[in-house]
Order: sequence, then C-alpha cells, then structure tokens
Amino acid sequence: MVPLSYYLVLSGILFACGVTGFLIKRNIISIFMSIELMLNGVNLSFVAFAAQWKALSGQVFVFFVMVVAAAEAAVGLAIIIAVYRTRETLNVDQVNLLKL
Amino acid sequence: MFHLIIFSVFGLICIVGAVNLLVQRHPINSALSLVVVMGSLAVEYLLLGAEFVAAVQIIVYAGAVMVLFVFVIMLLNAGVEERTQGSRVALWFGVPGILVGGLLVSWVMLEQAGIQAVPVGALPGPPKTLAWLLFHEYLLPFEITSILVLIAIMGAVVLASRPESVQRSKKEA
Repeated sequence: MVPLSYYLVLSGILFACGVTGFLIKRNIISIFMSIELMLNGVNLSFVAFAAQWKALSGQVFVFFVMVVAAAEAAVGLAIIIAVYRTRETLNVDQVNLLKL
Repeated sequence: MFHLIIFSVFGLICIVGAVNLLVQRHPINSALSLVVVMGSLAVEYLLLGAEFVAAVQIIVYAGAVMVLFVFVIMLLNAGVEERTQGSRVALWFGVPGILVGGLLVSWVMLEQAGIQAVPVGALPGPPKTLAWLLFHEYLLPFEITSILVLIAIMGAVVLASRPESVQRSKKEA
C-alpha cells in the first residue's frame, strides 16, 4: 500500500510547479495552464484524504473543483482572446494597463 | 508493492510533465505536457479507489479543458514566448526559499507516514454512493454550480465576441 504522505508530497510538488510556472512564465496562456496545474495538485490531495478517511465528500468536492475549473478556463480564455484583440500580444509584461 | 510501483511510475511521469510544462517555451508544448500530467493523475485517482473522479478527470480535464486551451493557442497563433529580465532578488531569495519550504513540508509529511491508503475498490461502491451524496447532501452546491456554469458560458460568449458585433446587435435591438 502507498502511504498517504506520498500522495501529499506528489500533490505538493505539483502545486509548487504550478506556483513556479505562475511566477516565471511570461506567456499569459502558460500562466493560465500553471493555475490548472495548481488546481490538479489540490485535487490529488482531496482524493487522497477522501481515501484516507473513507469519506466520499472529498471526491464530491473534487467534482466541484473540476466544474469551477472548467468554468474558469472558459471565462479566462475568453478574457485572453479579448486581451489579445486589443493589445496584439500575449506577453504579460506588455499588458500593464487596465484601460487602453 | 504493486501499488507502490504503479504510484511511483505515474508519479514520476506526473512530475516530469509538470517540470516540462515549466521548461518548454512554446505554449503548445506546455499544453501537451499538461495533458500528460492530467492523464497520469487519473491513474493515481484509480489507485486511490476514485473511479468516478478518474473518469471525470480524463473526460473533463484532459478532454474538454485542454481542447479549449489548444484551440485558443492555435486561434491566437501563440509563438515562442520571449523571456524578459527577471528580478535578481527573486532569483537569489526565491529559489532557496522554495527549496527550504519544500524540504520542510515533505519532511513533516513523511514523518506522519504511519497511516495507510486504501486499495482499489475498498470504498463502498464509489459512483453510486458518490451520486447519492451529490444529489442529497450536496444538492444545493450542485445546483449552484449549474448556475455558475451558465453564467460562465454567457460571460465567455460576451467576452470573446468582437466589440463591433456587440454594438451592431445593440443598434439592431
């Protein structure tokens, strides 16, 4: 059997990779994918704890997180398209004004 | 033992995919490594006895969400990202900080390693029980999510539509 802590360490590594990507990436789409990576890391720890405590509520919450992530992806990508249309760039360093 | 081997193999694939996401400079490569991460995470969910979550992970995440990402990358013709000069303070303090924090957290978690995970199928009938939980105990959050998705769809349509077409439809209305 795999101990719970291994799953938690894996989820921590994934979350840390997501945070790092969020900070070092300059392409707005890559930054968005890093956020998805963080959500996945959190989901893993949710499922691990659900299995640990034999409480299925954890899995229900993973389901909710996935729905919210899907909604977030749709809205976020629409925002990216709108930003690209007005700025003609995907580099976040050049997107520094709220209003053009 | 068998579980541990599968966990290690797919955990390793997962981490390699996540690191590859950081290293790759073209967004499409990052997106494909994110698909790898999500696929191997689905295997980890199966190991934890969460069949439904594993299936949803593949269908919703690796399927729908990533298709959306790849679609937008191709739509915007995103090229190789240009690197700009980062902050030196962040490099000198951030990297050691991440290393120390990660080691500390891993050490604390591994210290508490006495507890064992459950084998596949040990949870009481996951999809059925999960559905019962979802439609009884968590019915209100479930319904609220449907409203959230509806709002998200409308928001996405409004945000992604061209400004001129919005104004034209306003004039027509």
